[in-house]
Amino acid sequence: MLEQIEGSQAVARAVGLSRPEVICAYPISPQTHIVEALSVAVKSGALEHCEFVNVESEFAALSVAIGASAAGARSYTATASQGLLYMIEAVYNAAGLGLPIVMTLANRAIGAPINIWNDHSDAMAVRDAGWIQLFAETNQDAADLHIYAFRLAEQLSVPVMVNMDGFILTHATERVDLPSQEQVDAFLPPYAPRTYLDPADPVSIGAMVGPEAFTEVRYLASLRQHEALSSIEQIDEEFGEVFGRRPCGFFSSYRMEDAEIVAVAMGSAVGTLKDAVDDMREQGVRVGALGLRTFRPFPADAIRSALSGSRSVLVFERAHSPGFGGQLSADIAATLRSVEPTVHSVVSGLGGRPVTRRSVASAIQASAKGELGLETFLDLDESLLKREVTELGTARRSSATGGAVAQIIESSGPQGAR
Amino acid sequence: MPFQPIKFYQTGSFVVGNRLLSEDQRSVQSSQARTNSLTLGHRACQGCGEALGARYALDAAMRASGNQMVVANATGCLEVFTTPFPETSWQIPWIHSLFGNSAAVGTGIAAALRSKGKQDIRVVAQAGDGGTVDIGFGPLSGMFERNDDVLFICYDNEAYMNTGVQRSGATPPAARTATTDAVGPHPGEDFGKGKNLPLIAMAHEIPYVATATVAELRDLEYKVEKAMSFHGARYIHVLVPCPLGWGSAPSDTIRLSRMAKETGLFPVFEAEGGEVTSVSKIRHRLPVEEYLRPQRRYQHLFRPQPDTQTIGRIQAIADKNISRFGLLNGEPK
Amino acid sequence: MERPFAITLEVGSSRHNKTGTWRVERPVYVDRLPPCNDACPAGENIQGWLYHAESGDYESAWRKLMEDNPLPAVMGRVCYHPCQTACNRGKLDEEVGINSVEHFLGDLALDKGWMPETAAADTGRTALIIGAGPSGLSAAYHLRRLGHTVTIYEAGANPGGMMRYGIPKYRLPREVLDGEIRRIEAMGVEIVLNHKVNDLAAVLAEKRFDAVFLAIGAEIGKRAYVPAGESARILDAVSFLHSMEGQAPPLLGRRVAIYGGGNTAMDAARTAKRLGATDAVVVYRRTRDRMPAHDFEVEEAVEEGVEMRWLSTVKHADAGKLLLEKMTLDEKGMPTPTGEFEELEADSLILALGQEVDLELLRNVDGVVATDGVVQVDRNMMTGVPGLFAGGDMVPGERTVTVGIGHGKLAARNIDAWLRGTSFSKGGRPELADFDLLNTWYYSDAPQTVRAKLDVARRRSTFDEVVQGLDESNALFEARRCLSCGNCFECDNCYGVCPDNSVIKLGPGLRYEFDYDYCKGCGICAQECPCGAIKMVPESI
Ligand SMILES: Cc1cc2nc3c(=O)[nH]c(=O)nc-3n(C[C@H](O)[C@H](O)[C@H](O)COP(=O)(O)OP(=O)(O)OC[C@H]3O[C@@H](n4cnc5c(N)ncnc54)[C@H](O)[C@@H]3O)c2cc1C
Ligand SMILES: Cc1ncc(C[n+]2csc(CCOP(=O)(O)OP(=O)(O)O)c2C)c(N)n1
Ligand code: SF4
Ligand code: SF4
Ligand code: SF4
Ligand SMILES: [Mg+2]
Repeated sequence: MLEQIEGSQAVARAVGLSRPEVICAYPISPQTHIVEALSVAVKSGALEHCEFVNVESEFAALSVAIGASAAGARSYTATASQGLLYMIEAVYNAAGLGLPIVMTLANRAIGAPINIWNDHSDAMAVRDAGWIQLFAETNQDAADLHIYAFRLAEQLSVPVMVNMDGFILTHATERVDLPSQEQVDAFLPPYAPRTYLDPADPVSIGAMVGPEAFTEVRYLASLRQHEALSSIEQIDEEFGEVFGRRPCGFFSSYRMEDAEIVAVAMGSAVGTLKDAVDDMREQGVRVGALGLRTFRPFPADAIRSALSGSRSVLVFERAHSPGFGGQLSADIAATLRSVEPTVHSVVSGLGGRPVTRRSVASAIQASAKGELGLETFLDLDESLLKREVTELGTARRSSATGGAVAQIIESSGPQGAR
Repeated sequence: MPFQPIKFYQTGSFVVGNRLLSEDQRSVQSSQARTNSLTLGHRACQGCGEALGARYALDAAMRASGNQMVVANATGCLEVFTTPFPETSWQIPWIHSLFGNSAAVGTGIAAALRSKGKQDIRVVAQAGDGGTVDIGFGPLSGMFERNDDVLFICYDNEAYMNTGVQRSGATPPAARTATTDAVGPHPGEDFGKGKNLPLIAMAHEIPYVATATVAELRDLEYKVEKAMSFHGARYIHVLVPCPLGWGSAPSDTIRLSRMAKETGLFPVFEAEGGEVTSVSKIRHRLPVEEYLRPQRRYQHLFRPQPDTQTIGRIQAIADKNISRFGLLNGEPK
Repeated sequence: MERPFAITLEVGSSRHNKTGTWRVERPVYVDRLPPCNDACPAGENIQGWLYHAESGDYESAWRKLMEDNPLPAVMGRVCYHPCQTACNRGKLDEEVGINSVEHFLGDLALDKGWMPETAAADTGRTALIIGAGPSGLSAAYHLRRLGHTVTIYEAGANPGGMMRYGIPKYRLPREVLDGEIRRIEAMGVEIVLNHKVNDLAAVLAEKRFDAVFLAIGAEIGKRAYVPAGESARILDAVSFLHSMEGQAPPLLGRRVAIYGGGNTAMDAARTAKRLGATDAVVVYRRTRDRMPAHDFEVEEAVEEGVEMRWLSTVKHADAGKLLLEKMTLDEKGMPTPTGEFEELEADSLILALGQEVDLELLRNVDGVVATDGVVQVDRNMMTGVPGLFAGGDMVPGERTVTVGIGHGKLAARNIDAWLRGTSFSKGGRPELADFDLLNTWYYSDAPQTVRAKLDVARRRSTFDEVVQGLDESNALFEARRCLSCGNCFECDNCYGVCPDNSVIKLGPGLRYEFDYDYCKGCGICAQECPCGAIKMVPESI
């Protein structure tokens, strides 16, 4: 049913339709509206056979989900940013234990400086934890992906993190087509755990594994992630059959047919990219856009074949690893090791700075002219930086090891200031 | 007395079994049919009090729950010596997640069972003193405060043993650990530090709080059984000597637990809804010195000369416990 | 269920890890000798029979007791219970009232009519026993059980020896004695009464018997010389007490003095009191603490109105009065005369100065050695004459019923070996279960139960039994005070306290076994065994 609805509410409804059995969460913006709505649903009785646990921290939130999932219950939690870091030990643990927990990550920057606005640093902080990480482009996507995530998680016994951009999606009211309970039930069977804490068939879960088998455990985890790639294709198909909307697969492609330049992004920025692509196409630039939905597992083969015909790939990434660069562009570059296009990292939208159609277009333009550096900070405010950069540069130069650092600053400074 | 000892039966109820008692008066541990929740082949040190305490407590909980029980375990010796791949010593449904989250994992299991309408299956969460009073304290306090249907058992060996005997918030004054070494003008742990988790648990006004030692099995079993008769958050704090960390003879594990109680250093009591309801009286009072002397962690109190002043301060702690809890016969409570 | 690799494990799989290899010391179960058993002159397995009594299985307890001693009801009354003096529980609170439980079991058996185990198959061998006192009866009982044909020649009109003709009724009712002796007879022991053997050599010459056990006691009262006027009435305690079994008790007068400080003196004084004496005064050379009589006997006598005159000797006896000389003790504790005299009004004087053995019947037997008036025997209770054994009061040693019974048992075992042409060996003596091997923390605090006594008024005037038996619940309580020193009593402690689940419980009555595949040798089981039945021994590597 089509509804004009806030993203968080839509997600809460989708989660509710997935018949979770245990929900636990600790409040943090911009996740709050989702869990508030779910707590009301549980407390009012609208959502039956479900426990809502108000925990004392995110560490507890995910730990509760771990316990619940290990006991055989469909478990859900949601967090963002600082909260994710507060639970990070449990994030790794849930994956290591192979528990099919679904978690919404209402993506938000990580402090300090404390910042409640959107970027993807939180998601990037746990990209190696062993979770499946999906990114929603729109609120329709966000709602669909939650239902989808339970199915995927449970089929593979791997936890799934549904990323949706904080505020941009969570607090935006859009038209969302929410499915009926029958549809969801047809798509998502009741949770049948691989193994769980059962007095009738006791097992010990969470053993200590030493050098003799740890590598193999990790190898199997990796194998399972790869397996996920084919599961995703299969589940997409079933999803399409039930809901009459076929999900985009690993990524959405926009005007890619003859694109020499491809703009890549995850999350809500993809829409902006598409608009900018339209603008640039009008100006005759052969540009397309790729919206990555499945970040982990990383669909390397599909990405390689999608991008191999292009000349430049511009990765608009909402996170940055200081001292190295953007994580998404690094992953894509690694994927394109042996093929042609040059991968440019366009660090954009950090801490809630809007990724505007104009800025995206200007980056594409620079690329078309061969003027785009390998790493660019989009819309960098030079005036804000001027004093700091100079001071830092002087300080570094005067110290023995200062040279290299200063150079990086110099090289990134002017580029960013473009 | 929390547990009314049966008198006139030679050893009454002080020993594990006693063939003279009727079946229903015997301990769980005396039964050939006990669960052995923790079974043969585990890798705990010789004479490990924690291995013993865990089997005592969990077997009793198994009986009380009609074998319908699930356990969440924190990181620590108890986890490490029981589940090194490819072997586990547990015979019950058991999960280890992290060091600081066993209470929350317990909460999650309880929530799952509730949502599935399987509340006949009971949940126990457990941890060492570190996993309880320090790193696990937040989730534990949350579990208490929400009155989640979990029995939490702390196996207190008074330090972080698994990582090589470092100080925890349960390390007693003057005790030597790797991070409170017997060096400097005030060797060992400082006086005036540490927290008393049973009392903190009581402050949450949860249905049931109790302390116990591995020296008084019947009392321990009684308390586990009592705890299992409640729903909601319950806490049992069991003193479990660690030969390695305490520098004691492996054979002295039970003797030392007994002395901890008989000196008054470890008050054994139970509380309901935040009020102490009964205490286990001291049977044969001992000076703290007798308890301290056999433990190498207190060696500096006796060499080269007895440090009577420090020993006196420890005695004062025991005396305070004795009057605070009324541990001597004839004292109220 | 599918088990995810490595992270999820099959329960109980650590059994593959045999931790027994860590061990440097291993625990072993031992049966140590409880001090009570060690001290019992009759060699009773006290801990063994208390074990059954503890569970209320009195018949098994009694049968266990009967393996060593055929007269439990008598023992429960007259034994001076050195076992209790040795009892470890005495170091904890008060010793176990072993004797009172024995008393209870003995009476219960008589009451229920329990009979001893039937004798072993007939061996066709015959044994003669001379004297039906406790020693003779004990030997007869044990020999009969072993399948031999036993005949007792007894000089008296009734069997029992000093148990009948010495120990007064108020301490040992005759029905009790008769009951226990009758049981022995019922086993097929023939007692020929009024058959005094005057010439043993003649009996031996008849060769009717394959072996002979002599147990004629020490029945002649010692008669110290007391200068006396003609009308002084002086008699000896043995004859006096003996005559109590006749129709007419002797006439003593109202004031009676008893000379001597032993148990016999106490019995004589207390008997005199019961016969109507207003004054019964014991005259003794030394002080109370040096008196050979047991404390309880002195106490009971005093309670009944017997008076004591310490540090006094009888210098002269006359009709109606005695002249006493005051004594003093020298540094060595020897009484020495002071030259001070006093008079004591007394109508008769009973001498209780000890007994001697009547060796008359041995005069024609070659090879029997008597030294200091007693017959010498070897470790096997055999005299210098092959096949001739002796025991009880007539051989060196303490003169008590229990010692006599012990001699009888030991002699019987040796006679049995002799008859079979083998030799009897007692077997190695197990280690003693010393008090410091116990972990007494485990035992309930429980003071001894005291047997009630008849009220004093009745004690002064009647021969009713003074010390009353325990009732069932008291006897059970008392039995359960036993610490079971050195012997597993299946308390399950080792089974419970092992952190490595390495003690296997075999089930009721079957005790336990160690699982050396897993036992790490921590020693907790040995330390926490209440009764010291586990020992740690170095592992031989
Ligand atoms: C007054 C008194 C009180 C005592 N109280 C106690 C007491 O409370 N507890 C205790 O333990 N001990 C007590 N005793 C000691 C105890 O009675 C003796 O040590 C014990 O009876 C010795 O047993 P026996 O079999 O060697 O000899 P006896 O009991 O003396 O029996 C010897 C038997 O042999 C018979 N006999 C003797 N000569 C011949 C012969 N030639 N032919 C055939 N038969 C013969 C006798 O008639 C007699 O029946 C007491 C003794 C006395 C005198
Ligand atoms: C988050 C975290 N911090 C530290 C550790 C290291 N660590 C593992 S066990 C342990 C000590 C456990 O002490 P305690 O809870 O008292 O249990 P014990 O081993 O003494 O039984 C520590 C510090 C860890 N595993 N996880
Ligand atoms: S270190 Fe201490 S707690 Fe850990 S296994 Fe050894 S004895 Fe047990
Ligand atoms: S306690 Fe029992 S076994 Fe030990 S000495 Fe006393 S009676 Fe004998
Ligand atoms: S308690 Fe167990 S491990 Fe320790 S010595 Fe005894 S049987 Fe062996
Ligand atoms: Mg600890």
